[in-house]
Amino acid sequence: MQQQDYSSQIHRCFRCGYCKFPTDYSDFNCPSYKRFRFDTYSTGGRLWLTKAWLENSIEWSERLAEILYACTTCKNCVEQCPMKFAPDIVDWIVGARSDMVEKGKIPPRAARFFEAVHGYGNPLKLLRSDRGAWADGVKIYEPGDEYLFYVGCLGSYDENGQKMARSLADVLSAAGVSFGILGNEEECCGNEIYMLGEMGLFQVLAEKNNQQFKELGVKNIITLSPHAYNTMRNNYPAFGADFEVYHYTQLLDNLIKNGKIKFSESRAKVTYQDPCFLGRYNKIYDEPREILQKISGIELVEMERNRKDAFCCGGGSGNFIMDLLAGSEDSPSRVRVREAYATGADTLAVACPSCLTMLTEAVKTEDLDGKLAVKDISQIVKESLPSR
Amino acid sequence: MSDIYDALVKIVGKNYVSNQKEERYFYGRDPGLMPPHEPDYVVMPRTTEEVQEIVKLANKEKVPLVPKGAGLALTGLVIPQKGGIVLDMKRMDKILEINDKGGYAIVEGGTTHAALKSHLIKHYPHLRHSIPDSPPIATVVANAMIHGQGRLTQQHGFNSDLVSGLEVVLPTGEICRIGSCAISSYWFSKGAPMPDLTGLFLGWFGTTGVITKLGMKLYPCKKVRDVMLFLTDRAELVPDIMIKLAHTEMVEDIVSSFAPMPLRFKGNHNILIYITGDSDEELEFKRKMLWNTLWEYFESRDGCFLSITPDMKPPLLAMPSKDTTRFADVSKGGGLEYSGPITPIEKYPDFVRKLEELAKKYKLFYASSARVIDGGHCMMFSFSYTFNRANPDEMNRAKTALDEAAEFALEQGGIIWKPNINEQKMMMDRMDPNTLNLMTKIKALLDPNGIMNPGNWEAK
Repeated sequence: MQQQDYSSQIHRCFRCGYCKFPTDYSDFNCPSYKRFRFDTYSTGGRLWLTKAWLENSIEWSERLAEILYACTTCKNCVEQCPMKFAPDIVDWIVGARSDMVEKGKIPPRAARFFEAVHGYGNPLKLLRSDRGAWADGVKIYEPGDEYLFYVGCLGSYDENGQKMARSLADVLSAAGVSFGILGNEEECCGNEIYMLGEMGLFQVLAEKNNQQFKELGVKNIITLSPHAYNTMRNNYPAFGADFEVYHYTQLLDNLIKNGKIKFSESRAKVTYQDPCFLGRYNKIYDEPREILQKISGIELVEMERNRKDAFCCGGGSGNFIMDLLAGSEDSPSRVRVREAYATGADTLAVACPSCLTMLTEAVKTEDLDGKLAVKDISQIVKESLPSR
Repeated sequence: MSDIYDALVKIVGKNYVSNQKEERYFYGRDPGLMPPHEPDYVVMPRTTEEVQEIVKLANKEKVPLVPKGAGLALTGLVIPQKGGIVLDMKRMDKILEINDKGGYAIVEGGTTHAALKSHLIKHYPHLRHSIPDSPPIATVVANAMIHGQGRLTQQHGFNSDLVSGLEVVLPTGEICRIGSCAISSYWFSKGAPMPDLTGLFLGWFGTTGVITKLGMKLYPCKKVRDVMLFLTDRAELVPDIMIKLAHTEMVEDIVSSFAPMPLRFKGNHNILIYITGDSDEELEFKRKMLWNTLWEYFESRDGCFLSITPDMKPPLLAMPSKDTTRFADVSKGGGLEYSGPITPIEKYPDFVRKLEELAKKYKLFYASSARVIDGGHCMMFSFSYTFNRANPDEMNRAKTALDEAAEFALEQGGIIWKPNINEQKMMMDRMDPNTLNLMTKIKALLDPNGIMNPGNWEAK
């Protein structure tokens, strides 16, 4: 894992503000700028403040750190920045966070996040011995199984995430897929730890997971979360990963195409939330949509901001726990469910447990209960399977 | 001072006021080369009434107040020279009305050009406004305030010429409507047939009031649009070429650029000619007419049209132009500033020579971009230099070069566009004393306590 020397490059930001928008300029698309509206909370603001901090032109403060950590690393700025350094912006943010971690200067909420993962193996501070409690009847992975189903922290502990994990396990079983889970032996994937800049802890997690996968002879991994998919695909190889990783929507799409999953008639008008770590990070835009479009009776409608212009739910970079962007009608998750509802959809489909949690809560806050259901694609698929 | 903070919180809510060092640092500087100066507060109003309350507070307490859009002028116009309150207007971002038949939009004081463009494309695709080359976060009001230019400037004048009405909060707190909207529900005229009072506010850089609403004229959005590129290596021919093109009255926009990179264009003046039409036939006719107009230069081998490859067209046709912004990092330094005098077109060759001379003298990377204004009555010529933000010496050299460029432009009979406070003084030193006296009287009348963006347009 090679970290960029961001400090020698960060002055290159002109603070032009392209990073605040989607391609069609229809709204602000930087989650924290949309939420707070001070320019300091935009990408340009963060980079200029970080430069000032590095030059000792501005002292560190808890608030400065919160401004840096309010970035969800959604990569909208990477998509929109016109400069040649655009692909490096998130690495710069992560690099600055890493410096803050090394100096012990991080927001208390980030510190608690690290402590929880270090001590409990998950950011929710729940018992390791309960990690597999959701999975009654789901087989534990054994050498020879075709896939390891990596569930992740939210899938294991969060109420919404557990429903998602259960649905996926049921769908995979119905399709005859050979798979197993790690149960209580599963460890945090570390994607958020990486994004929050705790590189030491990330290395421990990545090495531990790689070692476990190796010992079990795992060759193929299915992840529930795009966050886990991202880090296993893009960060783990530096630590000797030797396996193929798939997000579950890729596998379901294949199973459907191969006739392993068939559907009964459904009826729903669905819009789809592109998860940042699936879309902008890994360019997986089509598979989730193809799954939905294969289900007879589902009408897929797009939100104005979609694919590479999708608006983040606000949960990235650990904010599904830290929630630094909460507390306003301009909080990203609330903005996003209003946008979803405006399409006329009755269902907001997601493919990420973080999105599921953030948007489910936002539906309640926006008083859209009963008008807009937030469902994971695996749940929609499961509901559309023929009854036996 | 904490009383002022509390009072601001009472007006807009605590989420939209800051006296924290992070905002004070950021809002105390812009991307250009003017020295920073921090505000004491940053406040983000949502309504005209909130602006009114803030202005009344500032006037009562005699606290400086600096209205700000995106802060992209690059010449420090919204750096609060004497501290006080920066009024970030970008939460006032509603598009209040599009009058389809009247051809104007009414927007709030912080509405971005991006938002107006997106709204028109979505709801009124047959209409357009004059989009500047500045980044999309630039606000309609701030751009008009600095007499900005856009894609329709060649045809219709400065973006401030396209204003069709204002709502202003005066420095003493009164809300005032300017133009037809003062006596009518329609915003079709900024003055005529009455006295045009927009001149009390446009070009004043927020020193005479806060614009909270603005009417902006809209124009037909033609169905097809194209760009042609004419090259010549003789600077002395460029004025005639640009004037001849403008006088065809067939061209949307004319911009001549001159830069040492990319190498294939070095030494050439690249004249971009934008054309629009409602059919391919119309465009083809215009192409032929323009070709005929410039035929003599082709015959004398002084110039030629260069075919533009399909991959070159989208960035050239983009509005706003990302390439303009990219120039800031062309030498990986993240810094760009330009002096952009408004000047007779005939001065083009002299300005190009000066541009190169200063670049050589101060070892700077340069480019220029000259846009024809209002059918050829004048042009904006930019002396653009990049600098490395991590290299103070280069920043100083760029600043010195720009100062010399401004001095040169004035000597040549030009007027400095969006002048920084030093350039404002240079202009006021040369100004007809009675004109300066009139400006001073107007400022004193409108802003008796001198609270509005102090340091700018100050005669003393």
